[in-house]
Amino acid sequence: MSFLSIRNLCLALRDTGAPLLRGVSLDVAAGEVHGLVGESGAGKSMIGKAVLGILPRAVAVTAGQILLDGQDLLALPPGERRRQIGRMAALIPQDPLTALNPSRRIGPQITDRLVDILGWSRNRAEARALELLEEVQVNDPARVLRQYPHELSGGMRQRILIASAFAAEPRLIVADEPTTALDVTVQKQILRLIAGMQARHGTALLFVTHDLGVVSKVCGSLSVLYAGRVLEQAAMRDFFAAPRHAYSAALLAATPKYTDPDGSLTPVPEAILAQVRAEIVAYDAGISGGKHG
Amino acid sequence: MADLTDGRGMLRRKMGWRLRLSAGWLTLLVLAALAAPLIAPQDPLAQDLFLTRLPPFWMAGAEPGYWLGTDSLGRDVLSRILHGARLALVVALIAGSITCLVGGMLGLLAGFLRGWVDVVISRLIDIWMAFPPVLFSILLIAVIGPGVGSIILAIVIIDWTRFARVIRAEAMAQGAMDYVASAQIAGRGRMGTMLREILPNVLPTLVVLLTLEMGIAVIVEAILSFVNLSISTDDPTWGGMIAEGRLSVHQAWWVLVFPLVTLFLTVLAFSQLGEGLKDHFDPVLR
Repeated sequence: MSFLSIRNLCLALRDTGAPLLRGVSLDVAAGEVHGLVGESGAGKSMIGKAVLGILPRAVAVTAGQILLDGQDLLALPPGERRRQIGRMAALIPQDPLTALNPSRRIGPQITDRLVDILGWSRNRAEARALELLEEVQVNDPARVLRQYPHELSGGMRQRILIASAFAAEPRLIVADEPTTALDVTVQKQILRLIAGMQARHGTALLFVTHDLGVVSKVCGSLSVLYAGRVLEQAAMRDFFAAPRHAYSAALLAATPKYTDPDGSLTPVPEAILAQVRAEIVAYDAGISGGKHG
Repeated sequence: MADLTDGRGMLRRKMGWRLRLSAGWLTLLVLAALAAPLIAPQDPLAQDLFLTRLPPFWMAGAEPGYWLGTDSLGRDVLSRILHGARLALVVALIAGSITCLVGGMLGLLAGFLRGWVDVVISRLIDIWMAFPPVLFSILLIAVIGPGVGSIILAIVIIDWTRFARVIRAEAMAQGAMDYVASAQIAGRGRMGTMLREILPNVLPTLVVLLTLEMGIAVIVEAILSFVNLSISTDDPTWGGMIAEGRLSVHQAWWVLVFPLVTLFLTVLAFSQLGEGLKDHFDPVLR
């Protein structure tokens, strides 16, 4: 029984109707880490945003279901949906520089959700925040809680955001390219931290990234997206051993290798892209054909 | 022991001269306005036709007790400036604050809620800004009649757009930040997000605008007094003094110059106070 189950999710731009997601289905079991990979614009982040109910106002859900713990979020009234999402899910955002409110101290930004959602007292929430900051290896957590975001480095802020995502013990966390904005040395620590926290807390994780190297380190399974369409879903081991879709194979081949720093970068061949586009055109035609009869 | 490897937490800004000078002048002015009846050397309304157009104290022919000279009706210029400060400051504080509240709120709503709220407020701003402001206020006062309340109302009605436009843009920019999304995921409602997440971040801008607006309110009050549309003509106002001084500028320049300089310094101090406060308190330098 999967904790998060997305069924045939379609998103489109409100005014032009241009499709952003084309019938995406995926399942994430409780405690599992599922990777979403694809080029920029493939719709990876949109899936995460749809799950968390923070789609930009220009984007509309045109079809599909998002089942969180068996409950269809899209069928719920907005207030109830927000309550359910707040109780069960959280986000580790991409850019730690804009993800903390610059004019509020760190402490309340972590404890807010404990007080608001779980109804804890301030003191209990603060004790928990201290514990969490220790768990994400922040030095002198008591002082950090009283600081403002601008007083901390990017890596520190990302640690705080991770602590804050895990604070209310959500059962699903969407990590939206959590290491992209960090420099390489910090990236690795943060990845290890997320993986460790995930394992300890048994949280399901939807990990959005364009970096296959990152996926291979943390994910148990993955979906490869192109133009809002899932091209392949596989367990991690199977995927790296033998990708089924030609595009996935090309994507793997395009990953730069540390063992060959002078080798030139391999782009995804034009022929394969053409094949993928043809598949998508065929899908779109099938949809509109179905609509008209 | 502070963290030695990261100086970000140790950043402290010292208070600049800009802030000291402007705050100093305004404090002086507020005190003078409060104590005007006590410290004014003469009755600001008392005319004395034997003492008309007395020069300021350092010039030949000056009388003791009339430090900045007298006007063509023999009224003491310094006393009139001190009493005029009361109206100027009352208008600046009250009109500035109300304008800030009204315009800031509308801008915040438009910029954060977007959608039809934004459409309505933005169109209203566009239409509003097509009116020539000074003529509009003169017309308004001609209709509703002069008085302190009318001046304040005129300033609020004319100038709320100044706040609404800027705060709308700021709120929009803040609304696109990830922390707003995080707050929403954490189950915070729209109004809660607006007031607790967005508002604190537009406050520095709001403070700067507020002080600018106070300066503008002083000018508008002076303009309305200049064209004799503020309060009863007997009561001293800086604008009224400038209007009277203009008529006798060749015989008694001081009647024009002293209120003008006071007005200038006050408006300058308000705008510099805003900039200084922003430098001092905005922790982020976004």
